[in-house]
Amino acid sequence: MFCEKAVELIRELHRMSDGQLPAFNEDSIRQVLEEMKALYDFIYIFDSFIISHNSATEGKSELIPTIKFRHCCLLRNQRCITAYLYDRLLRIRALRWEYGSVLPTTIRFHMCAEELEWFNQYKKSLATYMRSLGGEEGLDITQDMKPPKSLYIEVRCLKDHGEFEIDDGTVILLKKNSQHFLPRWKCEQLIRQGVLEHVIS
Amino acid sequence: ESVAHFDRAVLLFQAWLNEKFSPELLENKSELVECVMEQLMHMEENLQRVRKGDLKASVHRMEIDRIRFVLSSYLRSRLQKIEKFFPHVLEKEKSRADGDPSFLSPEEFAFAKEYLANTEVYLKAVALRHMPPNLQSIDMLKAVPEPCLDSFVFLRVKERQENILVEPETDEQREYVVDLEEGSQHLMRYRTIAPLVASGAVQLI
Repeated sequence: MFCEKAVELIRELHRMSDGQLPAFNEDSIRQVLEEMKALYDFIYIFDSFIISHNSATEGKSELIPTIKFRHCCLLRNQRCITAYLYDRLLRIRALRWEYGSVLPTTIRFHMCAEELEWFNQYKKSLATYMRSLGGEEGLDITQDMKPPKSLYIEVRCLKDHGEFEIDDGTVILLKKNSQHFLPRWKCEQLIRQGVLEHVIS
Repeated sequence: ESVAHFDRAVLLFQAWLNEKFSPELLENKSELVECVMEQLMHMEENLQRVRKGDLKASVHRMEIDRIRFVLSSYLRSRLQKIEKFFPHVLEKEKSRADGDPSFLSPEEFAFAKEYLANTEVYLKAVALRHMPPNLQSIDMLKAVPEPCLDSFVFLRVKERQENILVEPETDEQREYVVDLEEGSQHLMRYRTIAPLVASGAVQLI
């Protein structure tokens, strides 16, 4: 049945409802594109041939539903592929806000070259926009994701991260399993990256 | 000076709530954003002068963080809507008359154009150029959904409004008019009160 592979692509993304990015399904896309080429050839070569070589009018009009059907399949395939690709872009966009401008390698492996390029362009666009805010250095709106509740928070270090300087100049050594009482706004990004963990007692 | 600061923070707070709860992108408030950023800069400078460890410093710090959070959240709300409805946002901006207020700041406009171009280039490169000749383009205005102006919103009335026309919900109902009393709160379709949000007569909550 036509369009099955295309619908499978949609189902694949639908299964991952938490926004995770599965590996780029190059194989399935290629198959759908091949099916589209076959459908197109059917209409424009095969059906046209039949129509032009069939002198009786009934012969011609009998093919019209077939042509319409094939055209619908073409449109459906186009729609499914673009929906699949666009939904992936939305997930990739969310990664910039979740992980920052450097993506973990495991995630990068799931992206095709063009998606990485889209991500780079998006990063640049966003950075240009943020720099333009206000007079001077701009405003990083990927920070301050949660309303501030307290000034300082207790954090535990989940992995070795080396030295970390806070506003008044003191340097903290972030060693795995060490606990610190640090200014909240300094820790936000590290918490999101999984380096620190907010300890709620 | 602190009175002016307070007013601006209140204006920002109101703009933030309106933008958060409105289904469509609202008028851009670049001047307010600039003022608030200036205010934040002054507050940071003042903070440097206060002795470290002084209780006042903590309170100031908290205040700065709060305002910065609201400002960031406000700008994020806008950016999210710009990205979500990008072809429609750009179309609206392009077809706006010269005197009408702009919905996008120049920087947001540039961002939206880049987002459109980036996405189009991507779709062409990965799929569209491999498709049959008559299917190599997509009408973005048709493909990307428009904001749903019929979604319901909570609102508080700031200035009394008379004779607001409410559309019927079911076939049996007929359209009717309501008066919105100052201070009252309602749950209505956004479309009905959209112009009142723009004018400041109601506040989305």
